This record gives sequence, structure tokens and C-alpha cells, in this order.
Amino acid sequence: MNIHEYQGKAVLKQYGVAVPEGKVAFSVDEAVAAAEELGTGVVVVKAQIHAGGRGKAGGVKVAKSIDEVRTYASEILGKVLVTHQTGPEGKEVKRLLIEQGCDIKKEYYVGVVVDRGTGRIVMMASEEGGTEIEEVAAHSPEKIIKEVIDPAVGLLAFQARKLAYAINIPNELVNKAAKFMLSLYKAFVEKDCSIAEINPLVVTGDGNVMALDAKLNFDSNALYRHKDILELRDLEEEDEKEIEASKYDLSYIALDGNIGCMVNGAGLAMATMDIIKHYGGDPANFLDVGGGATTEKVTEAFKIILSDEKVKGIFVNIFGGIMRCDVIANGVVEAAKQIGLDRPLVVRLEGTNVDLGKKILNESGLNIVAADSMADGAQKIVALVK
Amino acid sequence: MSILINKDTKVITQGITGATGLFHTKGALDYGTKMVGGVTPGKGGTNVDITLENGSVVSLPVFNTVAQAVEATGATVSVIYVPPAFAAEAIMEAVDAELELVICITEGIPVIDMVNVKRYMEGRKTRLIGPNCPGVITPGEIKIGIMPGYIHTPGHVGVVSRSGTLTYEAVHQLTTRGIGQSNAVGIGGDPVKGSEFIDILNLFNEDPDTYAVIMIGEIGGTAEEEAAEWIKANMKKPVVGFIGGATAPPGKRMGHAGAIISGGKGTAAEKISTLEACGIKVAPTPSEMGSTLVSVLEEQGLLEKCITHK
Repeated sequence: MNIHEYQGKAVLKQYGVAVPEGKVAFSVDEAVAAAEELGTGVVVVKAQIHAGGRGKAGGVKVAKSIDEVRTYASEILGKVLVTHQTGPEGKEVKRLLIEQGCDIKKEYYVGVVVDRGTGRIVMMASEEGGTEIEEVAAHSPEKIIKEVIDPAVGLLAFQARKLAYAINIPNELVNKAAKFMLSLYKAFVEKDCSIAEINPLVVTGDGNVMALDAKLNFDSNALYRHKDILELRDLEEEDEKEIEASKYDLSYIALDGNIGCMVNGAGLAMATMDIIKHYGGDPANFLDVGGGATTEKVTEAFKIILSDEKVKGIFVNIFGGIMRCDVIANGVVEAAKQIGLDRPLVVRLEGTNVDLGKKILNESGLNIVAADSMADGAQKIVALVK
Repeated sequence: MSILINKDTKVITQGITGATGLFHTKGALDYGTKMVGGVTPGKGGTNVDITLENGSVVSLPVFNTVAQAVEATGATVSVIYVPPAFAAEAIMEAVDAELELVICITEGIPVIDMVNVKRYMEGRKTRLIGPNCPGVITPGEIKIGIMPGYIHTPGHVGVVSRSGTLTYEAVHQLTTRGIGQSNAVGIGGDPVKGSEFIDILNLFNEDPDTYAVIMIGEIGGTAEEEAAEWIKANMKKPVVGFIGGATAPPGKRMGHAGAIISGGKGTAAEKISTLEACGIKVAPTPSEMGSTLVSVLEEQGLLEKCITHK
């Protein structure tokens, strides 16, 4: 789960990570009031969307007066920002972070991730702050320094100092930087983050080490033990169909194509998208109904697919293991009954109770095209939507 | 011969009194697995009676701790169906009881819990498969997990996969071509897990009953690339591959916690090109996993040996 920068900074602050003073604003007046309250000569007006690259897209402005705050806030609020992470349709700005300006001496990068290779948490740091870390990784990987952390003891102070020295934090600030890193690690572990990225980490003219930006991602498997984090979820940043699907515990991701897919199992669902594309079609979604789905869940899943106007046809691809083919068939029939089936439907059923499933579909009177295999089904649906 | 488990393996279920644990314990018994007991803290001393498909009733003892279950039953393998919030604990309890193998089916365990589990397992003898996996099957002998048993048939092709349903798909394609399987192993879709591809490939390499292997990967991480390099250097048997997720958009988690392209890394294109560079033939679509294997077996003169039924 993603959260906004201002929320991330608030979480980090609880752990003693230094961040600039700031306030969230939902309107221009709130932005002006926030700037007045901060009372600093320079404030930064920052668009709050769940995507990086905001600065380049014109979503971050430095204001030197209250008038400028008003101008920039009205300019950015409601603006659709297109960055390398938003996709071409961009994202509308509905919240601003009004933050005290600070005297930046130099920018660095610090990030924390779970490394699959070692099965451990790794802290990464780089002297090349402020730019896209992917570019640093591609062009000069030696400039990213890593410390692998033993979960039994956590990040050790000497490891943090090693990182700080390696990225050339000024000598007199190394201990402050190390403390920053230790706090960041603690926040990462205690809040079950999947990514914590501080880019840039800055040292300031008055001798502080601060997080000028904060990107926190949380492990959705662990949200059950973090009610406070769950409350930070911003539904406006998510796709409506994805929100609807998550209510039924369905794993759904909206895509750009016109073939709706309903599959059981994440691997098979991905492979189904691949095979549709292979035969020249375009999937409208990724949808894994899971192993233990009920008829009701399948019905809802089918309704979500049909609610997408882009969808010109549907491909149901099921390999029943725990998931029984008759449950799928009943769900499809039920959904079609409730809202009508006005688009071509290709169904491939295999596995547990396959004969019963096929019988239910045959006797439903629905106009269903049966397929013998994934390849057969994919070719049929691609032909039908053309 | 087979890897990991065979007809004599004694198995306990952790979480046996839960609906899922009970359902799949019955499925395992129906397949012929020697299920010898279960663990549910607080329910020790009771029994669960399970009515099989053939009408007979099996009564399994329930224990409070894994250690007690092991002592009383002589089990060497445990399968875990405990809910995600308690599953990491359950794995560590099984490791502490010195089981040879723990298979964790549970989906949705927090990643940091698995980081701790891996650390806890260092220097101990237990092997872990999963979590978030379908389990392990030696066709015709023993089934531990949630896979539909009837699609499998005994034979000589090993299947190892990060995805459950894609494993079924591959097994089905083999069975319908008359090619039996020595084992099918689902290693699971989580980023931090017990066994990786290389661990299982190593076992298949040493197993005299396995003549060839299908390896099914997906986007995210670099385990497939590492496996490909290992295969090139060590594998004595043909391996064919498939990688799911070629059309997945970056930054989106495709159901599996581990199936995400981040920072431009872990794409299907990258994986496929590494596999091919290491001499591994990759099925162009998921429908062609079986036929790709057949073509490689033919090339190597192994097809006849791998056909187990007509």
C-alpha cells in the first residue's frame, strides 16, 4: 500500500527521523493558512500524489512570499501531473504539502528494501541524491553502497556509520546521519514497510540531516497489524474497480485492453494475459479469483469485469484445484442473470469437477463459447472482439 | 526414487482442526499419504475423525506442540495450514522440532516475518518449501498440499514452479501427452521463501528417476536468472522453462507478493533472454510448456523413456 509524502513524513517523525516542518492543505486557503502558521520566509508547495517525478512535472514550487504560496497553490491544486510513474493519463492533484524551506548544502539518497537474494533487509545509500536512483544503479552501480542487516540484531550503529562515511557525509554530521538511518530502519521494521526511500536526504546549512522527501510502501500482508497505517489509505489514488475488487478479497488490476479476464491463481492469471497478447489481443485486467472463492465472489468478480466499458469480450480461464469448476460456472451464470451478458464470453474449464461445470454452463442458455485449452480460448476471444 | 517425499513419509498437519487444514488432510489421505497426526495448540489429546472417499474412517491424534506430535508419531514432515498471522511461528516451531521438511501452504505471511524465519533456520537441519505454495507431490505415492491429485501420473519429469495453477497446467499438459512426472514442487510466490529453484533443481539433478525438468518462473526478482546460470554450470539433464508475466505493467503487484517489476528489474524479457543464453528452451506461451518439453526430449533421444502411458 502506498501513502502520501506528508503521511510518510509523519510516520517517520514518530521514530525520530528528522523531517522539515510542514502541513497538508486541501485548498488554496488552507495552503495560505499553513504557510502563515509555519512563518518561515521560504516555503515549498508540493503536490501530493502517489507517484514520483513530481518536481520535473511542475508539482513542486518554492514560494518566497505568501502571495507566491497562493499563486502556486492555485496553480498546482487540480492540475493533472504526468510523470514517468503516473502513466500518460497523469494524476490530478488534490492535496498539497506546505513545508518550511531549508538551506540545502548537499543531497544524498538512502533507501531500505527487502532483498530477495539474501532474504534480508538491506539499507542502500548513495552520494548521488536527488536524481532517479534507477539511473544511478544503471550507470554507476558502484555509487550505491549497501549494508545487509541481520534481523537478530537489527541495523548496527557501525553499519550506519559505514554507510555515512562511504557516501561522504561531512565528518561532523556522521553521527547525526547514523542516528537518522537507525531510526529509519526501526520505522521500516516496526511498520512492516516494503520500501522506504529518502530521496533526497539532505544536510543543511545549520547542520541538520533531514528527509526532504519520503516514499513509504507497506507490505499489504502485514496491514492487519497496523490499523494506523490502513487509515492513511487514499482511495482517490486507486482505481475504482480495484477498490471494489478488494472488498471481495479479489486480486484485480486494471489494464488498458478490451478483453476482460477471470482466472484462478496469480501465475495462471498472468500467463492468461500473456497468451491473449501473444495472439494479438489486449487484456483489460488481471484478475485472480483465488483458490477458495465462493459463487458469490465469482459473481462479484464477473460484475466488476462487465462494469468496465472498455471490455468488449471476456475470457474465463480456470484450472480447478481447490477451486471447483462448478463454483465458477454457477458464479458466471448468476452474474449473467443479474446484469445480463451483452458481450462475447469464452470459457475454458479444466480440473476439479470440470464435467459438472461444463454441464451448468451448457444448460444455462447463455451464449458461451467453450474452449479446449488456454491457447484455443485466447484465439477465440481475440477473434470475437475484433 | 523421488525427491523430498515418498510413500513411506510420515506427515503431520499444523492447523489440522481448521477448515482448510482438515479439508486438505482428507485430500492427502484419499491420495494415500501417510498422515499420522496434527497439531493445534489447546486441542492436544483429542482426535479428529476423517471419513475418506472410500467410506473408511481415519482417526488422527491431535497434539498441543509439534515436538509432542513428532515424538508420538515419528513424523518427519509437517504441512502448515495455519492462518498468516501465526504461520511464521508455526514454521519455527516445526524447525525447532527438527523435522526434515516443512511445507507451508499459507498465503499472506508478512515479508518481515519470513526474514526472521530464514534467520532462525540458519544452521538448522530443516528444509522449508513455501510459503504461499501448492505443496509437493510424488505422483502415485504421496501428495502434500492443495494440488488436484488426479491430474498427475507417475513418471520421470520433474516440475518446479513459483505458481500453483501454472504447475497444474504444466502437469496436465504432460499427462495428456503420456508423460508422467517424478515430482511436482511448488516453491511459492513470495519474495522471501524457504527453497529456491536451485535447491530443487539440485535434488532433481541427483534423482536417478528424473530425466528432465520443467521450470516455471514469473516476473520479479532474479531467481530464474540465477537458476539458469546454475543449470548451465551443473545440470546433467535437460530443462525447459516458462516465464509468466511478459505483459505485466511495472510497479503493480500481480497477485503474488513476489511478482512485481520494480526499478526496471525482474522483467520477463530479461529472464527469458538469460534462460535462452544458458541453453534453456523457453515455451513461448503457457499452452506450449508440454510441447516444448517434448521437442527437447525428442532432440535428446529421451522421449521414449519419458512416455509412461499411451
